Amino acid sequence: MTFVNWFKRNVVVMAGLLTLAYLLLPNVVVTVFSFNRPKGRFNYQWQEFSTDAWRDPCGVSGLCESLGLSLQIAFWATLGATLLGTMIAFALVRYRFRARGAVNSLIFLPMAMPEVVMAASLLTLFLNMGAELGFWTILIAHIMFCLSFVVVAVKARVMSMDPRLEQAAQDLYAGPVQTFLRVTLPIAAPGIAAGALLAFALSFDDFIITNFNAGSTVTFPMFVWGSAQRGTPVQINVIGTAMFVVAVALVLVSMAVGNRRRRQKA
Amino acid sequence: MKTTEETTKAGGGDVRLTGISKTYGDFTAVHPLDLTVPEGSFFALLGASGCGKTTTLRMIAGLEEPTAGTVHLGDQDVTALPPYKRPVNTVFQSYALFPHLDIYENVAFGLRRRGIKSVKKQVEEMLELVQLGEQARKKPHQLSGGQQQRVAVARALINHPKVLLLDEPLGALDLKLRRQMQLELKRIQTEVGITFVHVTHDQEEAMTMADCVAVMNAGRVEQLGTPADLYENPRTTFVANFLGTSNFIEAEVDSTSGDDIVLKAGGGKLVLHRARASVPAATGGKILAGVRPEKISLTHADDAGEIPEGRNRITGRITESSFIGVSTQFVVDSPVCSDFEVYVQNIDRDPRLAPGAEVVLHWNPAHTFGLDAAQDIDAGVETVEEEVA
Repeated sequence: MTFVNWFKRNVVVMAGLLTLAYLLLPNVVVTVFSFNRPKGRFNYQWQEFSTDAWRDPCGVSGLCESLGLSLQIAFWATLGATLLGTMIAFALVRYRFRARGAVNSLIFLPMAMPEVVMAASLLTLFLNMGAELGFWTILIAHIMFCLSFVVVAVKARVMSMDPRLEQAAQDLYAGPVQTFLRVTLPIAAPGIAAGALLAFALSFDDFIITNFNAGSTVTFPMFVWGSAQRGTPVQINVIGTAMFVVAVALVLVSMAVGNRRRRQKA
Repeated sequence: MKTTEETTKAGGGDVRLTGISKTYGDFTAVHPLDLTVPEGSFFALLGASGCGKTTTLRMIAGLEEPTAGTVHLGDQDVTALPPYKRPVNTVFQSYALFPHLDIYENVAFGLRRRGIKSVKKQVEEMLELVQLGEQARKKPHQLSGGQQQRVAVARALINHPKVLLLDEPLGALDLKLRRQMQLELKRIQTEVGITFVHVTHDQEEAMTMADCVAVMNAGRVEQLGTPADLYENPRTTFVANFLGTSNFIEAEVDSTSGDDIVLKAGGGKLVLHRARASVPAATGGKILAGVRPEKISLTHADDAGEIPEGRNRITGRITESSFIGVSTQFVVDSPVCSDFEVYVQNIDRDPRLAPGAEVVLHWNPAHTFGLDAAQDIDAGVETVEEEVA
């Protein structure tokens, strides 16, 4: 009886912990194997503890160059997609124009279309235009597929925004520019930030579309894929772990800042 | 208060609407309208939802562009000015407080936008006025409905507008708080002396707070006057029904003598003072005789002889009675009107006055008002209840 009661009380917590374990286990494996000293070229079996790779993360030729490129592309793609996507979202929610319905559904097309198909057709387009494959073609492609995610995130936020807030701002002597900067933008900011984070993650991660349209340029996911054919350097795990730690650290810092601000105000 | 022709002082806080109207495609929200709100008054625009009262208010604020006509504040024509250049401020329905700013910054918003650097003293004074000094650093969602409402008022008043516009400011509050805020708003208005234009669908609210009420219906002003004037002398059935309850008797003019009009209704005669008839009475013409439920006395038929001479009287049978505490509300079936409502104060309760009893209704003829018979008797009934989304 007591066990049944205990189980009833804790079943939700256990389900939560199991789900968390399911999510985190791959990360744990990546982290653990970043401290491995593999025999041979493949880092698939635990041998012995070592910090060699952590002390020399750029020790594999081409790895850090590809990482830098990926970060650069992700940054510009995020900036471009967030700017354009925010404007599209505002236009779709706030204005009634011809073809608004069409834009509203077409914006989802990049999300719905199989990535491989899109990658192949983009390549066809670039080749027919005579474009040189590389940084710019990758960037254009990334902005394109990130756009829909930004639009979705920002649109949800703008739709739930009370239009009377902007009227109130105007009523309180804020001209159109002031109204946008002081009221509209701050209130839409969480949606825009969510869209931007999503865009960054998608762009940094993308392999299929990038692979088709990169020419001889190599991004980080392409580097990992390429090296996996011939042997996986431990440094890949190091980079992966570092990215994970940075992301978690950012979340923790932002939570701490938010908490402190709330406590100060109260 | 016949205000339309009143002269205006330079730089005053009176609002003059001249021939103002608003149409959306085929739909006319506001028919051409002339209205003057005198400086320093508490003015209410009263009507059911969709009657054009909010549109009128928004045209004063500049948030809605009139299809025709002009808006003057004092001597200044503001028709072409955008909202952020008009010396008026609005308390919005559901307040529209900025969720990302704390109470202090919400109240300081208008001052800061006008480039005023040292806002501290003014903001603190204003928060004191609405008794929210303690809450300055909280976000709007951390406050109760009544507190949010007061922030909205403070945020508008701090700018010393010539006119303060209030759009259903108490609609989201529960009854008790609403009563409290009605008095609070009235106190603030008396204290600052600014012209208030208040839009509401609640007739009680309008009558409690306003010096002058404009009753609107279907995009037109039905009647304008002080609350007492509107209640005692409604000129249309809409006003008579929308403000309180009225009983109507369809009657025919029997004869006229001096200041009195004698009406024939059912088998009996009723007297109506000529000054209280809003239509000219010609012998044989139709007229609607109205009387408020609280003006009527109820006497059991057995005691009919005790009723003094010179009172209007009608016989009937009680069909319903409900005890309300201070009064008892009766519904009486009579030959001239099937559901006559009568409110009797509970001073000396007559136990014989129960459903089924034969009674005589009687009232002072001075309390009868006469309306044009060519209108819907039920106009304005029940619209008070089906309200606000």
